[in-house]
Amino acid sequence: MAIITTDSASGTRPTAVACTHCTLPVPAGLVEPGATDQYCCAGCRTAAAVIRQAGLDGYYRLPERRDRKVEVTARAYDDYAHESFRALYVRPRDDGLESTELFLSGVHCASCVWLVERVPLILPGVRHAELDVRRALAHITWDPAEVTLPQIARALDQLGYAPHPFRGANREALRLAEERSMLVNIGVAFAIAMNVMLLALATYGGWFSGIEREFEQLFRWLSLALTLPAYLGPGRVFLRGAWSSIRLRRLHMDLPVALALTAGMARGAVNTVAGSGPIYFDGVATLIFLLLTGRWLQHRSQRAAADAAELQASLTPSTARVIDTDGTVHEMPTVGVMPGMAVHVRSGDLIPADGVVTDGRSHVNAALLTGESRPVTVTVGATVYAGTANLDAPLTVCVTATGEATRVGALMRELEASAARRAPVVQLADSLAGWFTAVVLVLAAATWWFWAPRDPANALDHAIALLIVTCPCALALATPLAISVATGRAARAGLLIKGGDVLEALGTPGVLVLDKTGTITEGRAGLSEWRGDDAVRPLVLAVEAHVNHPLATAFRRAWPLVDVPDASDVHVTVGAGIAGTVRGHRVLVGRPSWVSDRAVGQPPAPGAGPVDDGLSPVWIAVDGAVVAEARFGDPVRADAAASLATLRAAGWQLRVLSGDAPAAVHAAARAVGIPVADVEGGADPERKIAAVRAMIARGERVVMVGDGVNDAAAMAGATVGVAVHGGAEAALAASDVYLGTPGLAPLVRLTDGAARTMALLRANVVLSILYNVLGAGFTMAGYVDPAIAAVMMPLSSVIVVATSWRGRTFDPAPETPQ
Amino acid sequence: MSVLYLVLPASMLLALGAVLAFRWAARRGQFDDLDTPAWRAVMDDEPRRKLEESSPPTPT
Repeated sequence: MAIITTDSASGTRPTAVACTHCTLPVPAGLVEPGATDQYCCAGCRTAAAVIRQAGLDGYYRLPERRDRKVEVTARAYDDYAHESFRALYVRPRDDGLESTELFLSGVHCASCVWLVERVPLILPGVRHAELDVRRALAHITWDPAEVTLPQIARALDQLGYAPHPFRGANREALRLAEERSMLVNIGVAFAIAMNVMLLALATYGGWFSGIEREFEQLFRWLSLALTLPAYLGPGRVFLRGAWSSIRLRRLHMDLPVALALTAGMARGAVNTVAGSGPIYFDGVATLIFLLLTGRWLQHRSQRAAADAAELQASLTPSTARVIDTDGTVHEMPTVGVMPGMAVHVRSGDLIPADGVVTDGRSHVNAALLTGESRPVTVTVGATVYAGTANLDAPLTVCVTATGEATRVGALMRELEASAARRAPVVQLADSLAGWFTAVVLVLAAATWWFWAPRDPANALDHAIALLIVTCPCALALATPLAISVATGRAARAGLLIKGGDVLEALGTPGVLVLDKTGTITEGRAGLSEWRGDDAVRPLVLAVEAHVNHPLATAFRRAWPLVDVPDASDVHVTVGAGIAGTVRGHRVLVGRPSWVSDRAVGQPPAPGAGPVDDGLSPVWIAVDGAVVAEARFGDPVRADAAASLATLRAAGWQLRVLSGDAPAAVHAAARAVGIPVADVEGGADPERKIAAVRAMIARGERVVMVGDGVNDAAAMAGATVGVAVHGGAEAALAASDVYLGTPGLAPLVRLTDGAARTMALLRANVVLSILYNVLGAGFTMAGYVDPAIAAVMMPLSSVIVVATSWRGRTFDPAPETPQ
Repeated sequence: MSVLYLVLPASMLLALGAVLAFRWAARRGQFDDLDTPAWRAVMDDEPRRKLEESSPPTPT
């Protein structure tokens, strides 16, 4: 049992106990005196039992563990056994085993790798589990005779890693194949470059110590034999790029590269056959290797575009319970549901299609579509949407639209269209390519023209040396390298940047559009108002210590009291309230209606000031008399005001665009100091996209920060979309950046880091251009021979690598206090 | 110096072998995920039980 020490003065008893599983503090009422293991919630308890059962106690000896509560969805995952699901995601193997890829939520550290890869020990029949932690993708292989996929899914869920089918395995395979062939090319180019370099060293050495003509010729021919395959093999991509640049009449970085390679190759070959004059093979081979490396780094930092159909499918259930004409209910894949059919939606299930309620009365949580976190009451005749959750009673729904015709389907199509239409952020190096090519060509021609009458024998060699020396190697490496190093650092700091190019857009201030619920506010219940005697607080905490209800957690967060008395005889009425005896007093905490049935009186009258009707009240009664009222709302994040002030000071224009009621949105905006003129409430997802597009059309650079599906399309439409910690899957898919730590402070670190990365990148570009100017100057003056060119060229690249590596970009995440 | 005629081809063959080995590894996907294996190596601090075990080990 671990004890968390606090700076309290009580000191007589442990103030807080850490959960054995997740190391977070255990609510005082859940502490079991004398027990070695303590758990903060049922999820952690179950996960720990599963882990112990499998003999995986080693998990608790790992130096670093996942410090998050195990949140179990408790889904049955029965649809994972369905024919249509299997056809889409499960691959049978030749040896009778089956395999699939599952996307796991909540994966973020080394202990997750440890645990997920030990699933074969927890569930016999699972043969192999491998986790790619960066992409949160688990490859699972199992024996269908011993275990089923729903069982595996439930086991992962119990451990706190809710699985989702991985959609996009085909595209992923294509991307991987491309990346692998790039790697092979780099390997070939590297081997050739090193060998040619060795031969070149020998010949350069020969200039000083003398070398027999026979061997010099041997080395030259060998170099030619080695470099030709590098030029025609791995180097082909540059030739192809240059060719298409000529055909499309658009100057591209590949053109000067191909020119330098071809000139060096051709002149080197001619001189080899002639038996005299410089050969450029070492420079050409090294260039090919370094340029390919830069290209590979860039490729790795690009992300796959979102696919509307896949996202829509991930938001709606894969099976529906269809009611036949004779009244029997049977389960079928959602794709088979047609408009006009009647579907039965159990409480707790997601609604599979858009439709009209024909029977039943329930509450529906439509936060997915509207951003409104409070459930909506639905009765017969009400319209319900696919993907929203039916909360408390079964409903019968007559289907009006399915699949992509549903509102969420349309939204996801919008998302895909926005993502596809978005112009890629123009990279600094690419925008320089035109100038660069023109200048180099002019200089090369000038060099030849200048030397031709004066030194006819060497004029061509001077011009070729210029082409090679000025080959934009450092320039081509500078951008991808600086960005690749920066995104790696950002990931370690908890900022997952999916496309390196967005750093350029984040580096200079523009318009920052924020969602309210879950972005500026916490998106969960928090104590906003307390009317009553402060002496009652410990009594409330004492009874609430026995439950892990959101409101109980909110009480604990609001009052971090340490000396919580013990409560006895605690009784919980689900959905109404909690009662218990503390220090001889009978304490009731619950809904006003429930409390007033059991106690007399009214809570103290509200003080001056407006009454916020958006807050939900909870009454507290002690010994039969109502003594206090607590009101809960969605509090503004603690770090929001300060973070947004920093961003505004840096030059960002802040705006709020939210789907919640205007009054609530204005209140939150006021709290963080955003003027009413820049705030818009009641915006549905469609309106959000339109607003973002309008800003883009005005030529503004828009960074959209949000967390929900209702923000997703607007995020994809913005220049850069940022998903905050805990956002929905669709928001994650639509975003360019995911903030891995809660709050808005990471946003400040993101823009700061991006600005520093851009400064570093510009320094890199300036350095490499400076090198090119110097190199060109010396070459034109006739001072550079191939040996010096061969040394200078890698040197410039090494400098760029060093500055990229050493430069300060993203700072590590600060320790978050628990 | 004529030993070069022997050594040079030999070293080229060696390099070719290395390239082929690298190609084999890259095509089998050994470089696809560069992050997880680093953590896996650190974490694997106790003997892994055989995956073919048919029953879960008894709790300790």
